[in-house]
Amino acid sequence: MSFYVVQFLTGLASAASLFLVASGLSIIFGVTRIVNFAHGAFYMLGAYMAFTLTERLSGTVGFWGGIVLAALAVAAVGAAVEMILLRRIYKSPELFQLLATFGLTLMVEDLVVILWGPDDLLGRRAPGFRGAIDVFGQNLPSYDLFLIVIGPVVLGALWLLFHRTRWGVLVRAATQDRDMVAALGVNQKWLFTSVFAAGVFLAALGGALQIPRDAVNHTMDLRIIVDVFVVVVIGGLGSITGAFAAAVLVSELNAFGILVFPKISIILVFLVMAAVLIVRPWGLFGKAETAPRRTPGSAVRPWRPLTFAERVAVALVFAAAASLPLFGGNYAISVATEIVIFALFAASLHFLMSAGGLASFGHAAYFGLGSYGVALLAKLAGAPMLVCLLAGPLLGLAGAVVFGFFAVRLSGVYFAMLTLAFAQIAWSVAFQWVEVTGGDNGLLGIWPARLVATPARFYWLSLAISAALVVALRVMVFSPFGYALRATRDSALRGEAIGIDGKRVQWIAFVIAGTIAAVAGALFAYLKGSVFPDSLGISLSVDGLVMVLLGGVETVSGAIVGAIVYKALNIWLVSQTELSKLVLGGLIIVLVVAFPRGIVGMAELVVDRLRRRAQLSASPPSAALAQDIESAK
Amino acid sequence: MSGTAPVLEVEGLTKSYGGVHAVRGVSFSVAQGEIVALIGPNGAGKTTCFNMLNGQIPPDAGRVRLLGEDTTDCPPRVVWRRGVGRTFQITATFSTMTVRENIQVALASHASRTFNLWRSMPDFARRDADALLGLVDMAGYADRPCGELAYGDLKRLELAVALANNPRLLLMDEPTAGMAPKERVALMRLVARIARERTIGVLFTEHDMDVVFEHAERVLVLNRGQLIAEGTPASVRRDPQVRAIYLGEGLLYEGGQHEGANG
Ligand SMILES: Nc1ncnc2c1ncn2[C@@H]1O[C@H](COP(=O)(O)OP(=O)(O)OP(=O)(O)O)[C@@H](O)[C@H]1O
Ligand SMILES: [Mg+2]
Repeated sequence: MSFYVVQFLTGLASAASLFLVASGLSIIFGVTRIVNFAHGAFYMLGAYMAFTLTERLSGTVGFWGGIVLAALAVAAVGAAVEMILLRRIYKSPELFQLLATFGLTLMVEDLVVILWGPDDLLGRRAPGFRGAIDVFGQNLPSYDLFLIVIGPVVLGALWLLFHRTRWGVLVRAATQDRDMVAALGVNQKWLFTSVFAAGVFLAALGGALQIPRDAVNHTMDLRIIVDVFVVVVIGGLGSITGAFAAAVLVSELNAFGILVFPKISIILVFLVMAAVLIVRPWGLFGKAETAPRRTPGSAVRPWRPLTFAERVAVALVFAAAASLPLFGGNYAISVATEIVIFALFAASLHFLMSAGGLASFGHAAYFGLGSYGVALLAKLAGAPMLVCLLAGPLLGLAGAVVFGFFAVRLSGVYFAMLTLAFAQIAWSVAFQWVEVTGGDNGLLGIWPARLVATPARFYWLSLAISAALVVALRVMVFSPFGYALRATRDSALRGEAIGIDGKRVQWIAFVIAGTIAAVAGALFAYLKGSVFPDSLGISLSVDGLVMVLLGGVETVSGAIVGAIVYKALNIWLVSQTELSKLVLGGLIIVLVVAFPRGIVGMAELVVDRLRRRAQLSASPPSAALAQDIESAK
Repeated sequence: MSGTAPVLEVEGLTKSYGGVHAVRGVSFSVAQGEIVALIGPNGAGKTTCFNMLNGQIPPDAGRVRLLGEDTTDCPPRVVWRRGVGRTFQITATFSTMTVRENIQVALASHASRTFNLWRSMPDFARRDADALLGLVDMAGYADRPCGELAYGDLKRLELAVALANNPRLLLMDEPTAGMAPKERVALMRLVARIARERTIGVLFTEHDMDVVFEHAERVLVLNRGQLIAEGTPASVRRDPQVRAIYLGEGLLYEGGQHEGANG
């Protein structure tokens, strides 16, 4: 009994930081409509800053002062970020906002390592809360009690702030109706900056308050952000009460999940999240988004199938790619194999994003499930390669069927957060279920059949499978199903009114994309001869997103070009610098802010302009003018 | 069901939002091939009514029957399959497709080909699509991107889309809103002609009384969610309550809601 009480209290204590970060995220979202992926990074920065400041400043006042100063300093950084970066992307599609703030996260991760080193740092204990107290014969750190109190105190303070100050009332008004605030003549820029800084302050405070409890390290940002996403999905974005209730719920589920499913405690959180989503898709305290947001892919010229000449060109490129082993060495061939596999992965994600308008932040889950499917069949059942390649991806398919069922109930940022959370759950299972998956050590010794055991042959196999599936994806884009998918993206209302079951169409698209990603993962397992939890991880999911973005979201097959360029760049970059995250993060931000069309998108635009100019000079001026006016409408 | 059942029967349809009674106990019917106008000031509940008729929002109470069959709790896609075409007050089209493709999607759905993964859509039922476009005078627009059409053209495109399933009933929410007066008259004449040729019942809302009185065989008047008058255009015109709402005396008549809801 007493054990359960202590477990419960520990859960409550963990809820405090989670609530601080989640409420900050919610406040920022309410006003700016940006889901700030970098919130975890600000949390981490808060912890590092607090570590340094509390080391420097002595005594009780020094400690608590250090905590608050740290949060304020990070809030100032947040304000600067808002003014320099976010102001440029308030009008961009959600995907771009998520990606830009993710790029920021990557940069902060490397910066933190530069400034504080890669090792875990143990912070000072809080003065006055060093001991433990006795709860029915069990020890509970007194600092945990302090945290248990802090949660409701902050909730109360926020309530006062939002109901008793002019600023707070403005923020609430802006959350409800942004145009109204603009009409009131309030300086929006200042409001946005202050709201962002306030949200960041809460995140940094959450991080700073963790230091007497947990070691500070450079991976804590992703751990917290995933939990926070789960919290806001359950509680409802934009609701502070929801953030509080869900933070407590999630923390308790984590605390007790360990007792129920010791190996895969995260399952319990997943089950609860799934249940909430079925009953209340917008979270316990959330409201349905009324105005549909712009999704990338909706500002394009109509797509068209390739012309005959273009098909010939593609066939020539394919032939050139297939001839690589005739002149390339083994290293070149294995790099090329990897690129081909990732092109397939990126193409599957692109299908979902461009035709479906569904930006998954957890597409690696299905890639990784495909890898594990192959590895488990090969290692546990000793199945031959052909069987593994055919049956392994079924694990990815199964994952996509289950996760996709829930994910397509949501859209926009909710969809992105949910897919990310699902991927993280899959990752945790692979990481924690050591008996089956080998945990961190992965599964080793997955070798291809003798027939394709040389690098060249395996390359050809990968190239053939990838090319066939990419062609299949293109056929699907131009099939009735692909049109139904695009129809649902363009106007779900109109789609329903002409008999299209949008959710089912999206679900099937999700399963198709997941299964094709799983095939890529299956090939990858054979290429590397091993599988690790990384293959389900966030960084691979984001790699996929960057490939799509680099190639051009609004194109039909740009992701392939994006994958080739990005993967080659990445391999080169890792060989050149230790700070690849810093460079990658910067690249993402530049792409989003300055180059949102991507390579293929830009190329199409240029070709289009040239063509139009040629038409202009070929036709008599009056007709050309009329045509230009027509198309400018 | 039977050949003579009304195409649409509505009984006691009710919907409220919080305290606002958007629609209160509305009952009426539309005979096959009949053209009926649903009129009323802004915020009267016309769009809310339409949304309940095609299953977009569930009514709080009341029943909807199409050709004798109850469709009250059916989603819009099912209602569509029973033969109801709908146009929206604010046009809803597929802006990234060409004009023809907008029609082809509807035709493919009508032919139950939505889940076909391999056929080429650009070649699907091209003739039928072009015929529908010709019907609404848009044959020349087939390859234009839908996203760059003028608003009036979008309204006509919506009409063509709504005709793609050979409907028995057209629900048209302000089909001519945002059009020039000449265009309005032309479009409604077109609708009336098609409806007569194909025996399609039409229920439409409209603020332009000239359009209403020229084409409607029967007029229903909605005010504050309630049906206050019903009859031929001439009789409705004489109705004192209706005159009160429409002829400025409305200032004396409890003031009406002017919230200008869209949807
Ligand atoms: N989703 C909703 N939530 C709350 N109130 C609503 C909602 N939809 C409609 N209403 C209210 O219901 C009433 C009827 O609205 P409706 O849109 O049906 O009117 P309408 O007759 O179509 O008006 P208009 O001529 O302006 O299109 C209005 O008072 C409106 O404010
Ligand atoms: Mg209306």
